[in-house]
Amino acid sequence: MIELRSLAVRFDGTEAVRRISLDVATDEWVMLIGPNGAGKTSVLRALCGLLPFEGDALLDGRDVRELRRRELARLIAFVPQNPVTPPELTVAEYALLGRTPHLGYLATEGRRDRQAAARALERLDLLPFAERGLGSLSGGELQRAVLARALAQEARILLLDEPTTSLDLGRQQQVLELVDSLRSDGLTVVSTMHDLTLAGQYADRLVLLDRGAVVAEGEPEDVLSAANLAAYYGASVRVVSDGDGTYVLPQRR
Amino acid sequence: MATVGTADATVRARGVSRPWRLLAGAFLLGSLFVGLGVGPVGIGATGIVESALSHLPFLHVHSPLSSIDEAVLWQIRAPRVVLAAIVGGMLAIAGSSYQGVFHNPLADPYLLGVAAGSGLGATIAIAYGHVGTAGQLLPLASFVGGLSAVAAAYVLGRSAGSVRAAGALVLAGLTVTLFFTAVQTFVQQQHTNTLRDVYSWLLGGFSTATWSQVAVAAPYVAVSSAAILLHRRVLDVLSVGDEEAASLGVNVARLRLLLVIAATAGTAAAVAVSGLIAFVGIIVPHTIRLLVSTSYRAVVPLSLVVGAGFLVLADVLARTVVSPAELPIGVVTAFFGAPFFAIVLRTSRTMR
Repeated sequence: MIELRSLAVRFDGTEAVRRISLDVATDEWVMLIGPNGAGKTSVLRALCGLLPFEGDALLDGRDVRELRRRELARLIAFVPQNPVTPPELTVAEYALLGRTPHLGYLATEGRRDRQAAARALERLDLLPFAERGLGSLSGGELQRAVLARALAQEARILLLDEPTTSLDLGRQQQVLELVDSLRSDGLTVVSTMHDLTLAGQYADRLVLLDRGAVVAEGEPEDVLSAANLAAYYGASVRVVSDGDGTYVLPQRR
Repeated sequence: MATVGTADATVRARGVSRPWRLLAGAFLLGSLFVGLGVGPVGIGATGIVESALSHLPFLHVHSPLSSIDEAVLWQIRAPRVVLAAIVGGMLAIAGSSYQGVFHNPLADPYLLGVAAGSGLGATIAIAYGHVGTAGQLLPLASFVGGLSAVAAAYVLGRSAGSVRAAGALVLAGLTVTLFFTAVQTFVQQQHTNTLRDVYSWLLGGFSTATWSQVAVAAPYVAVSSAAILLHRRVLDVLSVGDEEAASLGVNVARLRLLLVIAATAGTAAAVAVSGLIAFVGIIVPHTIRLLVSTSYRAVVPLSLVVGAGFLVLADVLARTVVSPAELPIGVVTAFFGAPFFAIVLRTSRTMR
């Protein structure tokens, strides 16, 4: 359970996030959408302790700022938009980095850590790749390796910043299906998303941000209206809904 | 979960594989024997071993060496070889540590200005403080100088560009080096009475090595390399960048400070007893990266061992090539280091 109360983030005097309040229930998948610079990434980074913020951010009732860095990392796994993936590191070694918050400061991984990493790799069908270097992986495999590191962290909350950028359409769907299936293990997911149609298909709830504030929130078919997308994205779109989902189709003006 | 059980063998971090461990150990041992045996008086390996055993109590081994050879071996060569090993290991492991915390393959005690800062600190201590070149105060003065240099280089490099940009930090280190060297030359010129002392010390080398110098440097080197060794896994975590390391629960700022202090303290002690010796901190870690693995779990421990052997061998060259005269050891390491550095520059460009 994530509770944000009047969360605000400032960079050099300008407000990147303006007093956002948001609840995310356990097992829920909430996607933050909005135009470039709307503050989506800042919300994620504040939540995992990478940005100072005002207001309150609570995880199961505990204040994020009162948690020690390691404790926080055991509760939240963060996957940035462009993770650093040292090409020489093997997939197994990379996944093992996810065990860091569970290790003593100067300790090395034990059997339990290797098993946790192995479970994460198995979950993402990466066991055959365990000894391959990250540099030799395709884009889709690399994204799965990054998710494996986050899973090895065994946190109950997963923050994904644009998890599908630089993937082709098929790989985008695969990654999103994977994330969706992970939720059955009791994972809460908050992600940002550029592709609005995919966002509408996978999210339980969409939160539309513009200039740091929440301007719309709710079911995909309510948030993804042509009026909203014209007002906040400056986009000209046609929105089609059928029983299966909501489709955002760009229209040439 | 049968598959996970069998996966235990593959899901692990590569450390240093056994063959490399043995090879590195053999390299160090071999170079120690070469260092002890080679010189105007040649001493064979069996002579060295038996003489060493004769110094141990209860064994009743008699040294086959004459008393003069004994003195050459234990009072002249042994302190020299041990000091070279300590300094070489320290410079190499410090280099690997700087490279890890600054995310910069070119970071090295010399390029970051640490050596120049240590040199300035020591020069000031010799010129104003009248501490001898073997005193306990020298490492301290050189540590203060080295730490201010690395701090200056870091702040300057950060203001000039992103910390991750290899170029900005190296340029900053170069600037700091030039400035500190200028100040140091000035101090030297103002105190011509100590000029000779300072100059011969700066050139670097082990020709005047004594057991007391070993005793001065060893504690710093032991503590600082132990601290760096213990952080070898955390250095791997840092390789995914500051932000992701922080999201994995690492206190990056505190870690960086701690490792920089450890590496700088050790480097300063090494500089205090051996003068300025360039390139060891680059050559050794990068050779290990190219040959063995880029993981700090391999780079850090192997740097210590291989660096020690490397500098012992470099010292052997320094004292034999133009025998009976000696080359400054910095000349030997730079002679091999400069071309190597060019190769590293090329490969590190393709790495990022």
